[in-house]
Amino acid sequence: MKTTIKLEGIKKVYQLGGTLIHAARGIDLTVPEGEMLAIMGASGSGKSTLLNIIGCLDKPTEGAYYLEGQDVSQLSKTELASIRNKKLGFVFQGFNLLGRTTVKANVQLPMIYAGVGKSEMEDRAREALGWVGLSAYLNHLPSQMSGGQQQRVAIARALVNNPSMILADEPTGALDSRTSVEIMSVIQQLNWEKGITVVMVTHEEDIALHCGRIIRVKDGRIISDTKVTNSRNAAEELAAFPVDDAEVV
Amino acid sequence: MNFKRNLEVALNGIKANKMRSALTMLGIIIGVSAVIIMISIGQGASKSITDEISSMGSNMLMVRPGAEQQGPVRGAGGSVNTLTMEDAEAIAKLGMIANAAPTVSGSATLAHGSETWTSQYNGTTPEMQTIKDWSTTSGSFLTDKDVSEATNVAVLGQTVVKNLYPGGTNPIGTKIRINKLQYTVVGVLAAKGSSMMGQDQDDVVYIPVTTAMRKMLGQKYISQITVQAETQEIMDSLENSIESLLKERHDIQSNEEADFNIRNQAELIETVESTSAVMTMMLAGVAGVSLLVGGIGIMNIMLVSVTERTREIGLRMAVGATDSNIRNQFLVEALVLCMLGGFTGILLGVAGSMLLSVIAGWSTSITIYPILLSAGFSAAVGIFFGYYPAKQAAALDPIEALRFEK
Repeated sequence: MKTTIKLEGIKKVYQLGGTLIHAARGIDLTVPEGEMLAIMGASGSGKSTLLNIIGCLDKPTEGAYYLEGQDVSQLSKTELASIRNKKLGFVFQGFNLLGRTTVKANVQLPMIYAGVGKSEMEDRAREALGWVGLSAYLNHLPSQMSGGQQQRVAIARALVNNPSMILADEPTGALDSRTSVEIMSVIQQLNWEKGITVVMVTHEEDIALHCGRIIRVKDGRIISDTKVTNSRNAAEELAAFPVDDAEVV
Repeated sequence: MNFKRNLEVALNGIKANKMRSALTMLGIIIGVSAVIIMISIGQGASKSITDEISSMGSNMLMVRPGAEQQGPVRGAGGSVNTLTMEDAEAIAKLGMIANAAPTVSGSATLAHGSETWTSQYNGTTPEMQTIKDWSTTSGSFLTDKDVSEATNVAVLGQTVVKNLYPGGTNPIGTKIRINKLQYTVVGVLAAKGSSMMGQDQDDVVYIPVTTAMRKMLGQKYISQITVQAETQEIMDSLENSIESLLKERHDIQSNEEADFNIRNQAELIETVESTSAVMTMMLAGVAGVSLLVGGIGIMNIMLVSVTERTREIGLRMAVGATDSNIRNQFLVEALVLCMLGGFTGILLGVAGSMLLSVIAGWSTSITIYPILLSAGFSAAVGIFFGYYPAKQAAALDPIEALRFEK
């Protein structure tokens, strides 16, 4: 099986108001293609730093990072932007949709920077929104939608450039428990059906148990790395949830 | 990412916040329209002054006798009698001359019946009418026959008519006396109003130059030759050829001072034009300051906009926007704001100066030059004042930007 992420001795040191902060103190991690990985840890443990490095938003101070075999740890800002654009998709806790633009335009955003043609942009946005079940909402504004729907738009946006990996930073952090399961089922679906590698940060045990592997981070080090033998199936859970009419999409 | 995409992104940004965009543009709109209105007022004033000068007759050169020089004492201009009818005829034979008319003048008491009036009489030739572009309301101007036969005929200006014929009778064919000599009125001139210097141009009587010289003044010299050039461009070279012609005729060596002088109307117009150009520049400068303030307003709003949209910038970077993509987005946005504002300002400025001339009756003149100037200036303002905020936006760190709380 191909390897998506290979981290070797990643260290990250920040300087914050005169004091040095060691956010990563030597992290080794290998993630094979198609894995669904949860990173857990208390706040300040360094899990966000780890996700930012994996997401090519940040560069390690030391160590090597191979993304699909390519060393990306020393690339320039512009090269990293291109990698984020083509290979990675991001899902955030706060959705981060552009409030004054339509759902369709939000989903098309990554394609603008990829230089995709007009008609192809239209087709791919429709396809991605169809995949998350929001075909009927193309011209809605994010403010007219529920939190769960907004997060689906964000997932569609992450999908639209056909990335090999999706990074989710507390994707259910702002949602109620039923909607959280709903979003997890969408994420599981894109991992299982599309084979996209998923790396997500969460501090909820319930949510992490939907993944196939959980690593725990403390003080900038990985302190445990466990396989989840019988991971939860969000779609089945959802069926068991009491149906609330208002929540039906 | 090409310019067209940048333009779309920028237009979406502007559309997403219409009120703020409109207020931002307001500074540029006011600045540009002020520049256009101010320049059009300045140019209008300058045009009306030059028109006024031209109404005295266009492309004119005035040849007058020079000052008398006796040892160190120099007399007043025109004090020597050196210009003759023959000089005038010789000048008229030069090329590039449309018309040339000799003049002698004096002051006289005019009388018709019991009414009297003191005015100036000018002895001249028929060419004077063409030079001054002065039509008659009734009768006709002097003829060549009047000049060659030195007949006693007179053409009256409106002020003279008003004072000699208070009853409103038709002056044509009536007899008047000029310094006791009897004349027949053959024409009445149209009203011309007062000159720039406040002189009443209608307070005048024209009689044949020969009559004036022989019967009124008894002199062989003329006091002025008015020359009209064919075009304005040749006036300087014409001035030179008249000078050398007269020097030759008057037998004056090139190192001696001429006994005549030539006044060039083009020089007068140039002086007036350069004065009003200074005025125009001053007005435009004041308006330019408001354009500058408008530009600073744009920078201000763009800086606020960058702060307000920090998360958006972070997100754009996360999904693959490079620093230059972000910089161009904000730069194009500022540029579009300025250009839209500039365009609206041009429309408003043109409409405003038209309104001023229609309603307030100010003379304004709209030329392409201030329009191009302010269009270019507003684009430059956009780039100049848009660059700093755009650079700030591009320098943001995506992680920090995504974490930014409003």
